[in-house]
Amino acid sequence: MTRRMLLAAFAASMLAAAPAVRAATPPDTIVIAKQIDDIISLDPGEDYELSGEEIATNIYDRLLRYEAEDTSKLVGGVAESWTISPDGKVFTFKLRPHQVFQDGDPLTADDVAFSLQRVVLMDKTPAFLLTQLGWTKDNVKQMVKVTAPDTMQFTITADLAPSLVLNLMTSIVASVVEKKVALAHEANGDLGNAWLKSHSAASGAYRLVAWKPNESVILEANPKFRLGAPANKRVIVRHVPETASQLLLLEKGDVDIARDLSPDQLATLAGKKDIKVESFPGSDNWYVGMNVADERLKNPKVRQALKYLVDYDGMVGSFLKGRFFVYQTFVPQGFLGAIDYRPFKLDVAKAKALLAEAGYPNGFEMKLDAPNFSPFTEIAQSLQQTMGEGGIKISIVPAELKAVLGTYRARKHQLVLVSWGPDYFDPHTNADSFARNTDNSDKPATKPLAWRNSWYIPEISKETAAAARELDTQKRVALYADLQRKVTDEGPFILMFQTAQPVAARVNVTGFKAGLTEDMTFYRLTAKH
Amino acid sequence: MSAVRRVLRTLFSVVLTFLGLTMVTFFIGRVIPIDPVLAIVGPKASVETYARVRAEIGLDLPLPVQYWRYLTRVLHGDFGTSVITSQPVLQDMLNVFPATLELALLALFIGVALGVPLGVVSATQRGRWPDHLIRLVSLFGYSMPVFWLGLVGLLLFYAKLGWVAGPGRIDVGYEDLVPTVTGLLTVDALLDGNRDVFINAVQHLVLPASILGYLSLAYIARMTRSFMLGQLRQEYILAALAKGLRPARVVWVHALGNAWVQLITVIALTFGSLLEGAVLTETVFSWPGLGLYMKNSLFNADLNAVLGGTMLVGFVYILLNLVSDLLYPLVDPRARSRA
Repeated sequence: MTRRMLLAAFAASMLAAAPAVRAATPPDTIVIAKQIDDIISLDPGEDYELSGEEIATNIYDRLLRYEAEDTSKLVGGVAESWTISPDGKVFTFKLRPHQVFQDGDPLTADDVAFSLQRVVLMDKTPAFLLTQLGWTKDNVKQMVKVTAPDTMQFTITADLAPSLVLNLMTSIVASVVEKKVALAHEANGDLGNAWLKSHSAASGAYRLVAWKPNESVILEANPKFRLGAPANKRVIVRHVPETASQLLLLEKGDVDIARDLSPDQLATLAGKKDIKVESFPGSDNWYVGMNVADERLKNPKVRQALKYLVDYDGMVGSFLKGRFFVYQTFVPQGFLGAIDYRPFKLDVAKAKALLAEAGYPNGFEMKLDAPNFSPFTEIAQSLQQTMGEGGIKISIVPAELKAVLGTYRARKHQLVLVSWGPDYFDPHTNADSFARNTDNSDKPATKPLAWRNSWYIPEISKETAAAARELDTQKRVALYADLQRKVTDEGPFILMFQTAQPVAARVNVTGFKAGLTEDMTFYRLTAKH
Repeated sequence: MSAVRRVLRTLFSVVLTFLGLTMVTFFIGRVIPIDPVLAIVGPKASVETYARVRAEIGLDLPLPVQYWRYLTRVLHGDFGTSVITSQPVLQDMLNVFPATLELALLALFIGVALGVPLGVVSATQRGRWPDHLIRLVSLFGYSMPVFWLGLVGLLLFYAKLGWVAGPGRIDVGYEDLVPTVTGLLTVDALLDGNRDVFINAVQHLVLPASILGYLSLAYIARMTRSFMLGQLRQEYILAALAKGLRPARVVWVHALGNAWVQLITVIALTFGSLLEGAVLTETVFSWPGLGLYMKNSLFNADLNAVLGGTMLVGFVYILLNLVSDLLYPLVDPRARSRA
């Protein structure tokens, strides 16, 4: 009897479900399908994951900005103007008048100073962006101070170029947090960190309504935003782990934008009249690290030979189509100082000659650590194939990304296939890792990429430091050009690709651009018609 | 007296199972080549930050000490904080488990309501076309990868036919409209009296639940068939038929009645695997449940969350075993008298 009733109830619910499945998202809401399971915090003093940074740039205004309207021009964010002392050590920022936080309270120089100090005091992952200025937990309150209600001044002790310091002030750590709110939610002296992981106290274009891990981030437009109310009322970023599901949701109109479609999925969208695909350059470098602690890889000729055993164009022309372009220098295209330099292409004969000169006419065997998911897997297989043609017998060691990074940081690899993303919009961020290693011991203070590949380069490190503190921007650009050529030619990196970001969207969606870095992916100009 | 002893024995085995569970998961978690500190600080952190966090989470202590600390915390109901969500793991579990439970309950209902009758029919029609058909259907369900079924299901019923809603638990327009009481979205919508949310939630639920239900149907039907074949060979069946009882009554009441004893275990285990094994389904359907949570925790080396989830799943299995133990006497008079 009960079973029959349950069956009847089930049938009834099926019937109720049958009519009219709604499609289309609400008109003033932008729904984005994306893999956002990397977010672990939305506190701008801690948030350092790619998806999280993109969310934060839309919630928090920053001291300085590369704005959506022109991402190539450095402009004031909450700051209206700034001056730099002749010795390049003291930076003074005057704030724009009448700025308010999302709760309506005024934004003052005290909030700005607090926000910078807070990052150093909390000492979470992104703190290094500011500690490299010479700031420490002990001195930061003296180094960063308020000189008038609308003026904040800081002093740096490190030798760094002003252009580099200003670029740092466009990064996530220069987000302005409302001091009063953060302190009101302080627990155990955490400066509001626990609360701010999933709440916002900001003055940017959006307010954080909710972050449900593995599910969604919901943002609501801030009508009081400095540059005017956003073109939409709500943005929902939905975590859709399976890209095939993203594709279906987009086709049905249940999401407006899909961010993670694969090249073959994008190909199926060609010719669909209600969906458009655009591609924007990203800033990640994909490369192979060669550990020069290995006797064979120590030989520059061997390293060069390997660089000739990669089918750069073949990969980009086939399974990487639309998601990468060939790029062989460490400063990403679009950054200050980037150069157009592509000396390597697949050339088996040349590689064999180099190997013979180096004393390995018959090649050798080598391990390649690689993450176990696409497109790392396919790239690793292509490398195995072409290096095999040159006599290098590669055995691929696939593993979880975290495990590969662990091996890499411990310098236990021979060859490793990984990617690298810049930390802020300045060439120093990559130079400081690809072209610096002055302490090759097993316990250095930091582990730049050059160290991870045991590439001991005291001379080149000096040039990197010089480029970082060069006051003249033109000279600085020239220094980086030189560094890039050196690293590409001699370094332990097979620099292969820079990422491109294809974005598939419904045709009625306008104004969405994936930024060169996460800091430049803005939601506020996106609208539906 | 014997009842007390039985309870004590059960409790003892529960405690032992639990200890074993914590030990195995804890030590496996410590030997896998994944660095939980990196999961927190990210690959670019300085050496000082790395060392500080390592000490903070107690990874510099000897393994047995770490285990002991973990165990004492667990006994106080503290499963630690998840790295990914920054929330207590227990809180996370309470958030994600209802989503999985809702899915599993409907799937189990479909599996049992259809699987058992199909199994019975298959057994009574053994060797004839209904049997072949049912076995073919369940073989298909048994051997198809669930993510493939999920994707094809979405393509057909969502993208092409538009009968059901797409991935996710609810459309964005309906999100956060009803207050969370049980965490089961359909139930909460009913409690709130919000028909639109209920319908939308059901539209989202039907497809993944049907696919999971189909898989359990396949298993339950096969097992029912073999249990029924075993029963139908027994002499009491012959006796009942000889006594002149209607064959339908003999099959559905006498034979099935006895097969239930074995079926309860099968169903309980199916339910258990539905609760923990829906990882792929939850991924394909972006279903924010335990499976997706565990997968994500595992990939992000979030050890507290993985251990917490393992405990929950282990606890559910122990609970299901207890429940099926308790149910035996209800369907089997012999178990009653033994007790």
